[in-house]
Amino acid sequence: MKQVLEFEKPLVKTSEELDELRRRNNVKPSEKIALQIAELEKKFHRLQDEIYSHLTPWQRVQIARHTQRPYMLDYAKLCFEDFMELHGDRHIGDDNAMPGGFATIDGRRVMLIGQQKGRDTKENLLRNFGSAHPEGYRKALRLMRMAEKFSLPVIAMIDTPGAFPGIGAEERNIAEAIAFNLREMMTIRTPMVSVVIGEGGSGGALGIGVTDRVLMLENAYYSVISPEGCAAILWKDRKHAPEAAEALKLSAQHLMELNIIDGIIPEPAGGAHHDHTAAAQYLKAGLQTALDELASQSPKQLLAKRYNKFRAFGQFTEAA
Amino acid sequence: MGIFNKRSVADLGEKKKDMPEGLWIKCPSCGESLYEQALAKNLRVCTHCQHHFTLSAEERIALLADEGSFEEIDAKLDSVNPLGFKDYLGKVKAYQAKTGLTEAVLTGRAKIEGLPVLLAIMDFRFLGASMGSVVGEKITRAIEMATKEKCAVIVFSASGGARMHEGILSLMQMAKTSGALARQSEARLPYISVLTHPTTGGVTASFATLGDIILAEPKCMIGFAGPRVVKETTHSDLPPGFQTAEFMMEHGLVDTIVPRSEMRNTLGRLLRYLLPNRAAA
Ligand SMILES: [Zn+2]
Repeated sequence: MKQVLEFEKPLVKTSEELDELRRRNNVKPSEKIALQIAELEKKFHRLQDEIYSHLTPWQRVQIARHTQRPYMLDYAKLCFEDFMELHGDRHIGDDNAMPGGFATIDGRRVMLIGQQKGRDTKENLLRNFGSAHPEGYRKALRLMRMAEKFSLPVIAMIDTPGAFPGIGAEERNIAEAIAFNLREMMTIRTPMVSVVIGEGGSGGALGIGVTDRVLMLENAYYSVISPEGCAAILWKDRKHAPEAAEALKLSAQHLMELNIIDGIIPEPAGGAHHDHTAAAQYLKAGLQTALDELASQSPKQLLAKRYNKFRAFGQFTEAA
Repeated sequence: MGIFNKRSVADLGEKKKDMPEGLWIKCPSCGESLYEQALAKNLRVCTHCQHHFTLSAEERIALLADEGSFEEIDAKLDSVNPLGFKDYLGKVKAYQAKTGLTEAVLTGRAKIEGLPVLLAIMDFRFLGASMGSVVGEKITRAIEMATKEKCAVIVFSASGGARMHEGILSLMQMAKTSGALARQSEARLPYISVLTHPTTGGVTASFATLGDIILAEPKCMIGFAGPRVVKETTHSDLPPGFQTAEFMMEHGLVDTIVPRSEMRNTLGRLLRYLLPNRAAA
């Protein structure tokens, strides 16, 4: 079933009315209906403009979570050729919330990792709603180290509500798995690019995000806490998530202003879920530009710049 | 006379002044009523059940550092409000007034059993010792200074996690501190992480779990997600002792559990193994 977001409903209604008029016009063409169609088309574009050019942070969060939004494995097919999945952390198991493997983008061979969500209950059982266990983070690091060894750039696609807060995850030290990645990614001697394609949920997102370039899709979000979690703390009520989304400055535009990310990748009108192919074209172009910029840098330069990039994050005053 | 009265702590601002004589405190673990002065004398460990009460950074330093050896660094860093988060700076100011600290971590040079270390102590009283820009910066500078001065860095963690009020900037402190530890590690210099009650969230998922050696105080809570969140997410009962130091040691995260009375001595022993040349000098 197609998911319709609350704020898109007027658009969907207009679009349905248009379809109905077009159908009638096909059966029995008339000048009157043709005029009505033209009017309604104008209305549709006006509505589209009104809604999509003034998206609130909370509306973007909803787009970022849209179940028809392209996921990591969709982009693996649409932006890459020859994705060859490699499984397992070599110790405990294979985490299907964090696929990874070799892939080729316009003739350039890379290591592709990322979080993968499911679209329905069955898929989400397999993908755990995109929330990885420690095994996922350890597999991701194994693949990144392999990329380093064989001189392949790394592309990480971030799309997770957060690392999984479960009993087994705690028992197998999920916090250490993330922390270890943060430290190790600072030392991996190959170009690395990450892109938040949907949800950038806190430590679970950052756990594959310590890279030379950090990009975000236009409607993705990246935050220290979910808007609902923040609302539960501040307002004692998750209903206040829209205000929390505003306060957290979690949208790509805000993060660009805060100098946290290096670029915003545009999405088709209304969001990537409206046109997977177009979304993938934009993403592919963004990734290629980033890889091109990094290709000429020596591992030593990459590591120094990567360190300095993350070292500079933070705002404070210091009295003399 | 308690150990905290005996040792002097330089440049720490206010001394303890809020304890009237003869105050009784109820142990949250066993319910026993404890005489404040007796508790202080026993390093704020319950004399009945060994429950470790929270220590302030000042008390912790008095307990660990060789007498008069602690020199605070980066004392003048102060928080700003990068996101324009409602009421944030008011909150920070209130905690500054309440604790006498400028932020949730105190850092400095110290000696432990004669060995030079960089010490960072988080103080849970300050906004749940959450990590924002200042905490991340101070810990990063302490690590970088240890690398530069070729000595060990020891961090005592206690934290509710990354500080919500600074949003993504707080999250990025996890990468920043971990990056500094990568350099300390590459220089083959020791990092000892000591987990105290409670260590959770973004602090557990960054520097707190990256120690060459990870120690924990008895029964302290250590976790990534809060127990309530775990319970709600998994719809299942939590195993006994879930997320305690003992549980974490059983599951391989913690090298050993160290009672407060043995902490200084244990750190000294470890440092002599980790920096044998320094120890011999
Ligand atoms: Zn007790």
